[in-house]
Amino acid sequence: MTDESFDAGRLDDTLQAIVDGHARQPGQLLQILLAAQDSLGYLPAAALTAIARALDLPRAQVEGVAGFYSFLHLAPVGRYRVLFSDNITDRMLGSGELLDRLCNKLWIERGKLSEDALVSVDTTSCTGLCDQGPALLVNGRPLSRLSAERVDRIAELIRGQLPLADWPSEYFRIDDNIRRRDAVLAGEWPAGQALRAALGRGAEAMLGEMKLANLRGRGGAGFTTAIKWESARRAPCHGENGVRYVVANADEGEPGTFKDRVLLSSYADLLFDGMTLAGFTIGASQGLLYLRGEYAYLLPALRDNLARRRRDGLLGPALCGQAGVDFEIDIHLGAGAYVCGEETALLESLEGKRGIPRSRPPFPVTVGYRGQPTVVNNVETLCKAALVALKGGAWFAGLGTKQSTGTKLLSISGDVETPGIYEYPFGVSVKQVLYDCGAGNAQAVQVSGPSGICLATHEFSRCIAFEDVPTAGALMVFGAHRDMFEVARNFAHFFKHESCGFCTPCRVGTSLVVNCMDKIANGHGSQYEINEIFKIHRLLHAASHCGLGQAACNPLFDTLQKFRPAYERRLRSLDFEPAFDLDQALAAARQMTGRDDADAHFGLAARASGVDS
Amino acid sequence: MSPLSILLDGLPVPFEDHQTIMDAALAAGIYIPHLCHHPEFEPQGSCKLCTVKANGRYVSACTMPARDGMEVENNSPDLNDKRRTLLQMLFVEGNHFCPSCEQSGNCMLQALAYELEMLSPHFDQFYPNRPLDASHAEVLLDFNRCILCELCVRASRDVDGKSVFALSGRGIGKHLIVNAESGRLADSNFALSDKAAQVCPVGVIIEKRRGFAVPIGERRYDVEPISVQAERLRPRRAGEEC
Amino acid sequence: MDALPGRGKLRIATATLAGCFGCHMSLLDIDERLFELLERVDFDRSPLTDIKRCGPCDIGLIEGGICNAENVHVLREFRRNCKLLIAVGACAVNGGLPAQRNHLDLGLCLQEVYLTAPGVVGGQIPNDPELPLPLDKVHPIHEIVRVDYFIPGCPPSGEALWKFLSDLLDGRTPRLGHPLLHFD
Repeated sequence: MTDESFDAGRLDDTLQAIVDGHARQPGQLLQILLAAQDSLGYLPAAALTAIARALDLPRAQVEGVAGFYSFLHLAPVGRYRVLFSDNITDRMLGSGELLDRLCNKLWIERGKLSEDALVSVDTTSCTGLCDQGPALLVNGRPLSRLSAERVDRIAELIRGQLPLADWPSEYFRIDDNIRRRDAVLAGEWPAGQALRAALGRGAEAMLGEMKLANLRGRGGAGFTTAIKWESARRAPCHGENGVRYVVANADEGEPGTFKDRVLLSSYADLLFDGMTLAGFTIGASQGLLYLRGEYAYLLPALRDNLARRRRDGLLGPALCGQAGVDFEIDIHLGAGAYVCGEETALLESLEGKRGIPRSRPPFPVTVGYRGQPTVVNNVETLCKAALVALKGGAWFAGLGTKQSTGTKLLSISGDVETPGIYEYPFGVSVKQVLYDCGAGNAQAVQVSGPSGICLATHEFSRCIAFEDVPTAGALMVFGAHRDMFEVARNFAHFFKHESCGFCTPCRVGTSLVVNCMDKIANGHGSQYEINEIFKIHRLLHAASHCGLGQAACNPLFDTLQKFRPAYERRLRSLDFEPAFDLDQALAAARQMTGRDDADAHFGLAARASGVDS
Repeated sequence: MSPLSILLDGLPVPFEDHQTIMDAALAAGIYIPHLCHHPEFEPQGSCKLCTVKANGRYVSACTMPARDGMEVENNSPDLNDKRRTLLQMLFVEGNHFCPSCEQSGNCMLQALAYELEMLSPHFDQFYPNRPLDASHAEVLLDFNRCILCELCVRASRDVDGKSVFALSGRGIGKHLIVNAESGRLADSNFALSDKAAQVCPVGVIIEKRRGFAVPIGERRYDVEPISVQAERLRPRRAGEEC
Repeated sequence: MDALPGRGKLRIATATLAGCFGCHMSLLDIDERLFELLERVDFDRSPLTDIKRCGPCDIGLIEGGICNAENVHVLREFRRNCKLLIAVGACAVNGGLPAQRNHLDLGLCLQEVYLTAPGVVGGQIPNDPELPLPLDKVHPIHEIVRVDYFIPGCPPSGEALWKFLSDLLDGRTPRLGHPLLHFD
């Protein structure tokens, strides 16, 4: 589709309906842009102008938001938009070859729209299907377990222009792959049971149970949930109609993590109970679920669930018949931006803005969504809070270790026999986990994704717990045959792609380390680049605005500490080499002049003729 | 009650409630390097040049509230080394060819590079392709020099009430845009008299036909280093001698 | 004490690559201090001596960036022979004026200059093997070889060059402060 095919009148009608459907709220800008793109295929310049006018926003602000998110497109992308998940686990399962295969079958170049505007093929950050990869998204819908055969068939389906609805449903099958069940996954949790338990306890007592439980945030940072809740409960609302908010962070973007997907798929009622009772406890009447764009396929089921809860009196005014206890839940969709998993960037995104982390203080518990006291909790944390409501804080504190109470869901992928979800009490050793999932020849485990820590075999006796190896839940296992340099390089590219660009060190530094890694990979590296990586690591760690930048060089630092030969075997010289191929840099001039003599070359060709290179 | 104060490089510096470390330092005439900060606008904390160590933690001086007794390290080899690297990052990210820039000698980026004795860009140049916008009758936009400080964004939005400028893109692709469907400054309601026309610390927003008016040797930072100017320009209290 | 223990005069080589000789002119601007300099150093390869190849030297001064194959050969010759290599001037430090072509396609540049520019009739892109081929991009010298010191400026003033060199000769880590350090 091209700009010409949008006639102004039709555009206005289409957008008018979408903007009206979102109550003409500027805060709904991201949701409006997503809906507009759904109906137009992409976001032409004229559409941005029309949306800005309808919302009474500066056009540049609308364009700024549209330009921030990977899943929003300012240029045509084709009727079939194919995005291969580019996590290292997908790569290890052959996603690179499959991408090339699909491009060949479709006669297209990666990243470029086909001439007939039918299809484009590119990569995207981890789609959270590492246990059933390689995976891809087609028009936002995930396909798992790709194989050469399946890719060939997909090429045919696209060439035949078959609507997605008519593709084999087997392709879209997503499994939970739950391998070990403990406190959460072993139970049946009827909708409303935990909520009723909390209502029965009363808000004050519920907070008391949370303190007893000593539940800590499952998103990785490990902040004590009860303190968060209590701070928000005490914080005054601002303005006349100010209300508190509960936000469930379902922007599960850390590569290798997929446990929230399973909770959202199969334990949504536990999550919604957790959100609702959190609202009851802190005095909030509105909940927001921020769902990462990659999980948009879960939206219909989640919305049905919310409707059912409204019918059953578990949502809306007078919860479970208790007058004055009201709670409503809205779902917001992300649009391909890992940084929005950072809680203040997430709040910005919820407000329809670019997902830029805020400066702290103030913290969201006092000044959060729309400036109001807001609790932002990970999906798993809220599920655990529901368990605390049901079974009590003392019971919960009896699980796990003293500092890390309860259980943890681990997303295990990579070189293991049975990838999937494993729930363990905190304190379990990495060795035990590796034994259970059948990781026979592991040389390394990346715990908590690229921003976490890379453990080598001598560290496998360490324990999964906040006081030892903290984790948001990802465990990617690398067998002895894997190249740890390529693992680190994949992660470096991930951070470059996902840096929001707000602060100088992260914006430029993530590109600089990618340049170093690519230079080493291309055979132009020396000790100089290794020193540079350390230097940039120290700067990003100290001066970055948020955790993304601070952690961006962690995987390089770790692998340089523990797998240095993987780098050193690629180094070309002891001193310094240019980052580019000198001979190749003369290619354009050779072509224009028609020269191919020895002086028109560097390197081998020149040496063969005795010219000093 | 004794007045609130921080210890800035060992020196007691008073501050008032709700002031940041930067506010306190500026008021005391102590220079903390900065690019995206401007006392007339909401602090932003994106350039990170003002990174200091407060009670042992690296923070942005422009956004971190001062607290009584806070120990702040500012002018130290470690911090200046990090700041120099940040400047080098900004220099290679854009195209900063000082000899042809109208703002040379009056440019804060350049002045800071002098201040911190940045002798080379150190990293490989990115050499991005950023076409100029010469559409406006009175003002030229040279995006090659943009350091994404958002001062023009804030000035146009918060003072001029026009929102002529905004940022789009993400990561290394982040870039300044103009509030017009064409993207051209001439198609926005920008005017030379706007506050936004006055605040660019580098050479992006350039008044046409005015370049190189001041001879070399007499330009702002030819005369005195930026740190000396900051110290000289501090607001004097009543009764204090100038 | 001598500048370097056990040594007499130091040997210096200089070259202009993709530059304008302005930095060399600036060196001459140190005027009568040239005599002082010549008491302490001997010049090897340099436009000032017309020596064509660089021998073993203590200090190499490179003016200009890297825009063609010959620039690369000369720079590598200097790096091989000079204990200290110094980038002198804007072009050596960050590519300078010649690098302003970097956002253009080299092929289109050559085409425009030699074939399609107004007034060109029967033009041809020069292809004599004597001529060095241009690289697709112009680079500062530190992107090609390791560089020990940088003296920015377009050009650096005679004062700045003198300060830097006398620091170096006297065994001090060279420093350029206000107003000697400038980029234009």
